[in-house]
Amino acid sequence: MEIFTIAEHRKGELNPVSFELLNLSNLIKGDGKSNAIVIGNNARVFAEQLAKYADKVLAIEDEALENYSPELYSNVILQVLKGDKPTLVLIGNTTSGIELAACLAVKLNSPVQSDVVNAEISDGISISKYICQGKVMVDMKLRNSEFYVLLVRQGVFKNGPEIRGNFEVISIKSSTVPRRKFIKLIEPESGEVDISKEDILITVGRGLKDSSNMVIIEELAKLLGGVVAGTRPTIDYGWLPKDRQVGTSGKTVTPKLYLGIGISGASQHVMGMKDSELIIAINKDPTAPIFEVAEYGIIGDIFDIVPKVIDKLRQIKR
Amino acid sequence: MKIVVLVKHTFVLEPGSTISTNGKSFEKQTLVYEMNEWDRYALEEAIKVKERKSAEVIVVSVGKDCDDTLRRCLALGADRAIKIPYDSVDSWQIAEAIYMSIKSERLDLVLAGFQSQDLNNGLVGPILAGMLRLPYVIAAISIEFEGEEVKVRRELEGGFQEEVRLPLPCLLTVQTGINQPRYASVRNILRAKAKEINESPIIPKSSTVEIEKIYLPAVKKAKRIEGSAEEVSSKLIALLKERGLL
Repeated sequence: MEIFTIAEHRKGELNPVSFELLNLSNLIKGDGKSNAIVIGNNARVFAEQLAKYADKVLAIEDEALENYSPELYSNVILQVLKGDKPTLVLIGNTTSGIELAACLAVKLNSPVQSDVVNAEISDGISISKYICQGKVMVDMKLRNSEFYVLLVRQGVFKNGPEIRGNFEVISIKSSTVPRRKFIKLIEPESGEVDISKEDILITVGRGLKDSSNMVIIEELAKLLGGVVAGTRPTIDYGWLPKDRQVGTSGKTVTPKLYLGIGISGASQHVMGMKDSELIIAINKDPTAPIFEVAEYGIIGDIFDIVPKVIDKLRQIKR
Repeated sequence: MKIVVLVKHTFVLEPGSTISTNGKSFEKQTLVYEMNEWDRYALEEAIKVKERKSAEVIVVSVGKDCDDTLRRCLALGADRAIKIPYDSVDSWQIAEAIYMSIKSERLDLVLAGFQSQDLNNGLVGPILAGMLRLPYVIAAISIEFEGEEVKVRRELEGGFQEEVRLPLPCLLTVQTGINQPRYASVRNILRAKAKEINESPIIPKSSTVEIEKIYLPAVKKAKRIEGSAEEVSSKLIALLKERGLL
């Protein structure tokens, strides 16, 4: 099967998922080829890096392609997706990737699946993916088609051999004017604390129930010499500022100690903390996915356990 | 202004939830159902528009048992509810069914949640946008109306955001945290019971996916720290000392 991966870049850097897509492609391509497509105003700067892991890289350039646009990018991708069929298109499961994949799937009339963690080619395409925020896995087979579009979860296919292919720079003028216009990129907020640089993170989730309970977590963090971070809901509810968010839409952290309190471990959170040195989780739900990445798990009520830990720490400090 | 909001009656796993003996679905009676969390934020955005300028808010849901969620939307301020009584796990089929039911409406805006809390695909919205040929944004975290256009902030990864502008009509999927969804008053819940839900008997084309197996991921890795609250807290502190963290 012919495979095309779509690289993603921002501020002059390739998103690592661009290489992960090629690793997956090389694993499953069989007699087919791993092709990478990278699009931008100056896409050639990425072509060489990508060619290490691709049979062929197409760097598509045009001034109008400087900023990502699902309308323009899908338009130029369609122009190069001609050739051998069936064709599999692999895209990173990012918010821009999802936009692009859906747009391509409609135009190609192809099956599309998001957050894929494994794919196999055998008489069509079979995939595995998580559902229920990471609690359950599903294996599914896609309807046979000339095209398939898969959104691949970031961080799954991290390592693969170099195959050293070649690259070509081509210029394509998109025939459409995008209706959606880029205005600006907004950098991450930076507060006093950078959680990605802290050694000890006490991270809270929805299980904390109410912002008034944050005082005990702050107390615990103080006694452990760490800082408080949180999952997406704790930021949505206003319990913590945005710069304390751990996860794909927040920060990726790798502290010496990650102590998770009342966190179920939704996929988007786990991806931002799974490489921490020591992960300990306290949660009353034994099926919480956080226990899959934690080294130690305490199944119990945080409101019973945390105050006891605080008492004991106070005694030690005295 | 006419606003369509896509809402889903989603399942939630409970400790007693089980997978059917065929290994391809859940035992329905062991699941709990509720309105998709992301859709609550989408509906709230629509209701906020309705409060500022006049708007008609139409909620659409696909599923044989989605009445409770549609009624909740009516209680929260939606004007009309469309139910497409078809169960599917395929984003294509769901988008297609919604497309068939709303394509003749002269709509100005389609809102949906960024993803469903059960299947987490996030694809129905953008596929529908493609079918309706509307410009779109997914994972919006703020929406500002400026005449015939909207200025939208969308979420990227790693704390980055992007601001874009697009004309109406368009389709936007919203992230949690974009607003604070309201609760329905008891009076409005009672009123909503009397409102009509229009059934739209659409059968989409064949599914683009077939589930082969549903299962729990590999064995849990965490070593358990067990005992009473007193005991686990002592063990936790001992562990932190052992690792040089205290």
